[in-house]
Amino acid sequence: MDGEASGPLGRDPHSIAGKLARPDRRFDVVVIGAGPAGAKAALDAALDGSSVLLVDENPVSPGLIGLDVPLYYGGRATGAVQNPGRMLEQVFGANPLIAAAFEAGVEVALATSAWGAYINGPGLNAIPEPVVGLADEQSAWTCGFRRLVVAAGARDIALAFKGWDQPGVMGAQALHALLARYDAFAGRRVVILGSGALALKTALDALRAGVDVAALVEVRDRPQGPKALVDRLVGAGVPVLTGLVPIEALGGVSGVETLVLGPVGGGAPVEILCDTVCQAIGLAPAIELLAVLGAQLTFDPSRGGHVPVLDGSASSLHGVFAVGDCAGIAVGEEGPAYGLDWMRALIGVGEPSVLVCQCEEVSRSALIGVEQPAYLGPLSDALRRRSLNTLAREGPINPDQIKRLTRACMGPCQARRCREQVAMTLCIATGTPLGEIPLASYRAPVRPLPLKVLADWSEGAAMTAGWDVWFGIASQWIPYRDIGGPREAMHIAALGGDMHM
Amino acid sequence: MQRPNGATVVVIGAGVTGLSSAWWLARSGLDVLVLDKGVVGWEASGRNGGGASHYHSPLFQEEQRLWPQMDALLGYATEYRRERIIMALTPEHLAHYRYMADMHRELGYRVDELDAQAIREAVPLAGDNALGGIHVFFGGHANPQRTVQAYAWALQDLGGRVLQHTAVTGVEMQGGRVRLIRTTRGDFGCDSLVIAAGPQTGLLLEPLGVHLPLAPARAEMIVTEPAPLMAVGGVDGNGLYGRQTLRGNLAYGGGPHEWIDVDAQGPEARPTTPLLRNLSRRLAELLPKAAHLRVIRSWAGVIENTPDGRPVIERLSHPENLVVATLSGVGFGLSPATGHAVRDLVIDGVCSFADIGKLSLARFADLPPDWRRSRGWVAEAMRAAPLGLPAEV
Repeated sequence: MDGEASGPLGRDPHSIAGKLARPDRRFDVVVIGAGPAGAKAALDAALDGSSVLLVDENPVSPGLIGLDVPLYYGGRATGAVQNPGRMLEQVFGANPLIAAAFEAGVEVALATSAWGAYINGPGLNAIPEPVVGLADEQSAWTCGFRRLVVAAGARDIALAFKGWDQPGVMGAQALHALLARYDAFAGRRVVILGSGALALKTALDALRAGVDVAALVEVRDRPQGPKALVDRLVGAGVPVLTGLVPIEALGGVSGVETLVLGPVGGGAPVEILCDTVCQAIGLAPAIELLAVLGAQLTFDPSRGGHVPVLDGSASSLHGVFAVGDCAGIAVGEEGPAYGLDWMRALIGVGEPSVLVCQCEEVSRSALIGVEQPAYLGPLSDALRRRSLNTLAREGPINPDQIKRLTRACMGPCQARRCREQVAMTLCIATGTPLGEIPLASYRAPVRPLPLKVLADWSEGAAMTAGWDVWFGIASQWIPYRDIGGPREAMHIAALGGDMHM
Repeated sequence: MQRPNGATVVVIGAGVTGLSSAWWLARSGLDVLVLDKGVVGWEASGRNGGGASHYHSPLFQEEQRLWPQMDALLGYATEYRRERIIMALTPEHLAHYRYMADMHRELGYRVDELDAQAIREAVPLAGDNALGGIHVFFGGHANPQRTVQAYAWALQDLGGRVLQHTAVTGVEMQGGRVRLIRTTRGDFGCDSLVIAAGPQTGLLLEPLGVHLPLAPARAEMIVTEPAPLMAVGGVDGNGLYGRQTLRGNLAYGGGPHEWIDVDAQGPEARPTTPLLRNLSRRLAELLPKAAHLRVIRSWAGVIENTPDGRPVIERLSHPENLVVATLSGVGFGLSPATGHAVRDLVIDGVCSFADIGKLSLARFADLPPDWRRSRGWVAEAMRAAPLGLPAEV
């Protein structure tokens, strides 16, 4: 091999070696997520004498809430989320363990998101030490750790039906956050999709908060969750409607006003007045930080789908741990098979024009047809002959390939609303078992942050000095006719490597 | 004539170079089979900036002729857009770009020099920090991911085949010619072989006694949420290359690379680093009116580099039915013309539209064996975890 011969080791001024800065601060333990599992991990570590940073993105900025990041808020947060002081109090108040951790010496960083985490591994030796990337609304920074505990929770699995792209269609985790953590839910009358434990608990939460629950809707032919909870809801006057699936959410200027349901096998539609449709069909462990770190992942339906490979709480990576829902969810009724039942029923009753990706406006038929986006104009005859099924015949179906072609999952919500349903659509359209569909890749930043926030405005001198637009190979850019001629040296002297094309 | 266990021409590598070559060969009526260890366009071909402005290349005239026709020729959209603007934020860069403009004019291309006012008119996202720049009326950019899939589909539409997830395990010779390609999915005979396997090209050639010096490296890019469309989407400067996609996203790269090693299976991973912060800063400086846009992804790709950064495109003499094509980091933009050149080399033995003699492997005959090491183009040994062993949580 070329590189293995002995001899003096030269230096490439444009290589990344030595250019990435060390963090300003480091902790023995950094915990991402101050929910019950994360706050407890932080508290325990502090009681053991470790220096601990506990990071939580709540209260989330109104801009991200509007993007359905990190949860599927569906435009049903009140103006209260615009008041940072009140929101901080709410977040502190919602989990007493945060205050306990703070009392025990944990440094608590609220309203701070983790957008990436980096350790050296295959293809990467440039990180001077393990870091997690953090940001608030003004700036970003990195923080060193000896141990990283990811306690990022879970997010809602969203499914598309006509009208789901208007305010008032949201997820159960988001509803729980708006009710319990923020006290900032704008809805008054909600229909809940699902009847498993998640849906039932969501309904009881809503009732407790004084929200009118119009009905639970179940795609299967009977309620799925524990009978005791079903009985409590029915006793409270909340019907559990079975064998039905949303056809359309009708609405006006403020979003949803009516949910139209249809029997799974076809039949007369049913209309329910409501201002909110809450999807409580399933949760997806929030594994994005673990994924960008390179932790080994596996598909385990009993733990909620794609989850980290764990030994206890230890991931496959040295010093990286996962606790709480992101480590895997004890799914009861709401496993991937349940989601697929919903998806099949929605495809059965829904129009092909239903948008599966809101950000990029990709319809279900465009996804299944692997169509190019509308801004590229009409489909060519050749492209009309292509589909998910022709791709599946060419090789195992891969969501990343389909994202690139259709743009589904490529928008600012970072596929939070469409990742799982696109995978389910690939599964149903091509007959590929869900577990055989690769996980669409997660990419840093795992929160969508503005350029000016993410930017390193105090970049190190080595980075600045060694920056080249490409590889800094001056001979690369010499016009062909000048190669080997007298003008070659002149161009190299004048240009160096810095070519911007 | 299609053979049950082979093809007239086998192409190793389903990136833009291999697929364009296969498509050109299929256009000439040959039975072509493309083999790839993974998925179409999965490596650098689908991870680059989409630039198509490599004026220094002998293939550039042909590239320029072909790009405006590619959507029609392939039958699929490539998102090709003409022209580029290069903006300077410092007097040094401005002088640098003016030198480039002089080079372009000498080569016969139109370039306009823009003052600060003209830059702000031409680039709506530019700010008061722009001193000026150049507007080149050649070159352009396209969507790499769409284009590479378009080549594959267009090839199939002509009867060519692409076998994904099929790794080559050996190349067998007979009578001084390549005869059989061994893969993880069986053996394939061929009359001619094209190797366009990116960083793996050298590894595939080594057992045939052909030494192709290549150094692979990892480079990174970022992409933002969409901005309103600018008339010229190919706007570079401030140490960045990139483009505004037709969707409006700003996709930009630049800055330091990491030298790595790859084996026959390719890179084990394509991780990114906090370099995305340095890229974000430079993009916020280059296009201040886009500084509020959210970064929604970053990614890395692995690029092979020859010692002089120039391609190797050559039909070898031993074995004489083997064509090698490695583009050293500028493969995407040149791909329409590269495929044509490879087609010519396979069928006619010589490129019909340009002299490409200086892209021969022969130029590296005297390269010292430790060339990577002496330049520092080598992967750093894995550093030990610097802060000790973690305890249990």
